[in-house]
This record gives sequence, structure tokens and C-alpha cells, in this order.
Amino acid sequence: MVDQERAATGRTPNHDRSPWNLLLLVPLLMLVTPLWNHDEPRVLGLPMFYWAQFLFVPLGVVCVGLVVRAANRRERGTERDGGER
Amino acid sequence: MQWTEFGVFTALFLLVSVMGFAASRWRRAASMEHLDEWGLGGRRFGSWITWFLVGGDLYTAYTFVAVPALVFGAGAMGFFALPYTVVLYPLVLLPLLRMWSVSKAHGYVTPADYVRGRYDSSLLATLVAVTGIVATMPYIALQLAGLEAVLRTMGLNGSGLAGHAPLFLAFVVLALYTYHSGLRAPALIAFVKDLLIYVVILVAVFYLPTQIGGWGSIIDDSAAVLSRPDPDTGQASGSILLGEHNQLQYATLALGSALSLFLYPHSLTGILASSGRRVIRRNMVALPAYSFLLGMLALLGYAALAIGVEPIVNGATGEPDSNTIVPVLFDRMFADWFAGLAYAAIGIGALVPAAIMSIAAANLWTRNIYKEHLRPGATPAQEAKQAKLASLVVKFGAVLSIVLIDPQFSIDMQLIGGVIVLQTLPAVAVALYTRWLHRWALVAGWGVGMSWGLWQLYLIPKDPVTGQGHFGGSAMPLSDFSLFGWQPLPDVRTQIYVGAVALLLNLLVAVVLTPVLRRSGASRGTDHTSPDDYLATGAGEGRERVEPGTDEVRAG
Repeated sequence: MVDQERAATGRTPNHDRSPWNLLLLVPLLMLVTPLWNHDEPRVLGLPMFYWAQFLFVPLGVVCVGLVVRAANRRERGTERDGGER
Repeated sequence: MQWTEFGVFTALFLLVSVMGFAASRWRRAASMEHLDEWGLGGRRFGSWITWFLVGGDLYTAYTFVAVPALVFGAGAMGFFALPYTVVLYPLVLLPLLRMWSVSKAHGYVTPADYVRGRYDSSLLATLVAVTGIVATMPYIALQLAGLEAVLRTMGLNGSGLAGHAPLFLAFVVLALYTYHSGLRAPALIAFVKDLLIYVVILVAVFYLPTQIGGWGSIIDDSAAVLSRPDPDTGQASGSILLGEHNQLQYATLALGSALSLFLYPHSLTGILASSGRRVIRRNMVALPAYSFLLGMLALLGYAALAIGVEPIVNGATGEPDSNTIVPVLFDRMFADWFAGLAYAAIGIGALVPAAIMSIAAANLWTRNIYKEHLRPGATPAQEAKQAKLASLVVKFGAVLSIVLIDPQFSIDMQLIGGVIVLQTLPAVAVALYTRWLHRWALVAGWGVGMSWGLWQLYLIPKDPVTGQGHFGGSAMPLSDFSLFGWQPLPDVRTQIYVGAVALLLNLLVAVVLTPVLRRSGASRGTDHTSPDDYLATGAGEGRERVEPGTDEVRAG
């Protein structure tokens, strides 16, 4: 399939699909309110409702960061193989 | 009148105004008389500028004023802004990259340009443009409300027409320097704004709680205040956790806000002005730094509750203005000079996004209405002139909408804008992945979603006790959902964001009509984009400039 595409267009197929992208679904767990809609346990005086949602910020950054790293690598590979016009 | 605060505020305000006028010389292009230059800064912004620019229009008076005001008034519900800015980046990362690439390949400046190229439909493009312009106005109005709150807290709280004078003056300054420098003005000022905001926030979130007794007691005191029954309704005004009826509202507000943000022309402007896909990717990882601050600021609503802040009564309307609670909190807790600094941060933080929003709306007007319908042969200089004039009109339109729509919480202005702009999601965002939906089905879906959404918003009373007034909020109980009088869920009191339901109706209509239209043989139009355009890495970035208008030649 890949070879066919290469033969047809004369250049490396370039797409934005990747299993890494599935990581982008993980931060969406934050929309499931029963997971963290509780008072106890408290951290630094803050109910779980607040600190748990703050924890989703770094979680989101890590997930998006991994996807981005994989995509940058892929794109660099494509360019080296002559993907540039 | 708070003279020290006012002096610091004015000095900083003057500083950014001078910067705004000087900005037109920054990274100067051969001519500003070109829309790509005036409106996209030449598509050359790197990671840092993009970070400040996009961050600058995402985190605004919304963050500083509207979110804490909602927490102050309703408790946990106001915290939805945090999940909004967390789910935002994973949701938009991939679509935005495709949008940037296809826009670069064809010289698109606005979402409507793209829709026109993708669907070959002037009508659909015009609908997307008009929707973007209208949805932007209440969002700019929210910025105005934030600025107004600061001015009133400093003592500029006149009554009647004179009460609106300081606001008007600030906007004249903004209008003038945006007119002169285009997107360069807000991009440069965004640096100053963010610096001020970071200083203020860090002090506010770390110093304030220690003065009030720590977060534990702040939360407990707030819980006690929020659970007190309201003398009018007999019900608690809010709570520090979500209840059984508002969890769906919380999730749909966060999701709806996240889906709508990059449909606003101004947020897309910041993305299209960046110099490459890698710049966008890096920003999607770095921008959540602002989310953390947003959450911390939201908690200031509780700090204000705990120390018993009373909102200032708006001299012009005679009603307490909940937007003033953070300014009043700063006034009580900080030295005057620092409060002045904080007010300047809020004020400039309102002006930068207001400038970017009005520029983006102006781009839409010029490219997709003026050039499309009124004057197809316009020269680049004429286009730039039109855009400048349109940006003035949009700003004054926002001043009007602050008078016409006056919901209980100012955040609802942004949420009302969201209901409107979400109706372009099928035509803009879904189109990035598939052209399966028929263009006429998209038009019909837009029509149904928009009219139903606006009708529902109109029905939400401004005063929940008496049921008087309109456009009072953005959420409805599912029991009120009706299709031509048929109410499928008459007993369900669960609240939901109107925008989420309107978008579902929109998509449903588009999906159902598409096969019908195909069978009837209605023309699907020519797709001027090719699958490769969505993945172009921008090879030769900056070396080859794609002039707007050349796409027709390529496609032919």
C-alpha cells in the first residue's frame, strides 16, 4: 500500500495518523465528573474536586507532549526521505 | 477616587499605548497596505510570539474577572473553565495542524476562505463569516465588562451616560492604535500584558491565602456562605462541589467551550499567523501553563467570599456588579500601588484580546463579504482599508452588545458567543477530515442549530426569581427541551449547555439531509483542496509567499 502510494505520487506518503494520537483521548477523562467530584481527601486544604482537576493539567501536557514528539520525529523522517517538494 | 491606583494604572496604560503606535515599525514589511501584513503579521510569528499571542487571546478578562465572579456567585460550577482549558489542546491539536497547512497552501486568511475553497459555496462561506463576526461581539463585550469593573473599582463610577465615559475613552485609544498597526500592536503589547499578569497572579495566589488563613479555611468559609439560603428564592446560591443537576452542565460547558474556541476567528488568526506546524505543536504543549494560572485565579473567587467582599454597585445601572469582586479583593488586600499594577494587568489583559478579536472579525468582513459580494476587484490597499474600518465598527458593536445583553454572570456573554460560533463546527472542523456532508445539508444544519440555539437563549430569563427578561444565561434544564411542543424529557431537571444541544441538532440535520441531497443529484461543488494540502509541512516557509487569490489559478 505504502509502496503503491510512493509509486503513484513519486514521494513519500505523508499522513497524520499514528497510534500515538490515541493518547489525546486520555485527558478527556476530566469530563467524567463523578471521578473527582468529592470533598475528601483534601490536599493543602483543597477538596479533591480542586486538586484532582489541577492534576489533569500536567497529565494533559504529558499526553499532548508525547504525541507531538512522535509527530515531529515522523515529519523529520519524511523530509529526509525527500518528502519536500 | 483611588489616586495612587489610578496613577499607576494610567502610567502603564500610556506605556502600552505608545508601544502600540510604535509596533507598526516592528519587523516592518514593505507595505502595511496588505491584508496579509496588517491582519496576519506576514505569517512569520515563531514559537514565542505565538505563545504570547494565542495565550493573550485565550486568557483574558474572562480569566481574571468572569471566572472568579462565577465562582464567587455559584461555587464549583465556575471551575468548569479549568477542564475547558485542559481538554482544549488534545482536542484541537490535529485539526489545527491540518487547518494551518491547507491555509498556507492556498493563502487562506479566515475560516470562511477555507470553507469556500473546500465546498465551492459562496453562501456557506458567507454564513461562516457572518457567524464569526456576530459571535465575536459578545466576547469583546466581556472584555469591556472586565475593563469597566476595574475602572469602577478605582472610583470612576459615575451614573447615567457619564458612567460609561471612561470605558468609551479606553476603547478609542485601543481602536486608534489597532487601526494603525494591525496585528503587530497586540502581539507586542501581549509581552507586557503577560509579564504584568504573571507578577500579579503569583503574588495573588501565594500571598493572599496566607493572609486569609490558608485554603482549608477559605473553602470552608465559602461553603458556609454559599449554602446560605437566598432571601428571594429560598435556595442555596451554590456549593463547593457539583450537585446532582449540574454535572452534565459542567462537562458540556467545558467541552462546548473547548470545541468553540478555535472556531472563533481571532483564535484561528493567532494560529494562522505562526510560521509552521512545529510552532503550533510546541504551543499546544506550552499553552497549558496558562491553564494552571486560570485555575488559581478561579479560586480567588473563594478568597473574596471568605473575607466578605461586597461587589460594587454599578452607578450606571444601579445593580451590584459581580465582575468587581477580584478588583475589590485586590483593593482590600494589596498596597495601593500594587493594586494599580494589578488593575493595569486586568485592563491591558482585556484590551489585547479585544484588539485581536476585532482584527479577526475585520478580516472576515473584508475577505468574505466585501471582496466576495460588494467589490470583487478590490486592490490589496482597498482591502486593508476596509479591514481597518471594519475593526472599528466591530468594537463599537461590542459596546452596544454590552448594553443590550446583560446576563447575570458576564461569563455567559462568552458562552452565548459559543452557542453561535459552534454552529460552524460541521462546515469548518468536520470538513478538515471529510467532505462527506453535503454543502446544502450544512447550510440547513446551520440554520436549524442557530435558530434553535438563539431561541433557547432568548427564553432563559434574566431574573430567575420572577422569570422576567431574556438572555440571562447559557444553560437549560433538559425538561425544557421541546421539538415543536413535544417534550421528550419532561421530568429531568438536569441542566445542559444550550450550545451542546444546538450543535447536536445541527449535526443531526446535516447527516440526515446529506444522503437525500445526494440522491436528488444536487451539485456538490468542486473541492479546491487536495489531500496533500492538509499535511504540507510548509517546506520553503517564508521563501515562497502564496498570494491570496492564486488558489483559483492552481485549482483551475
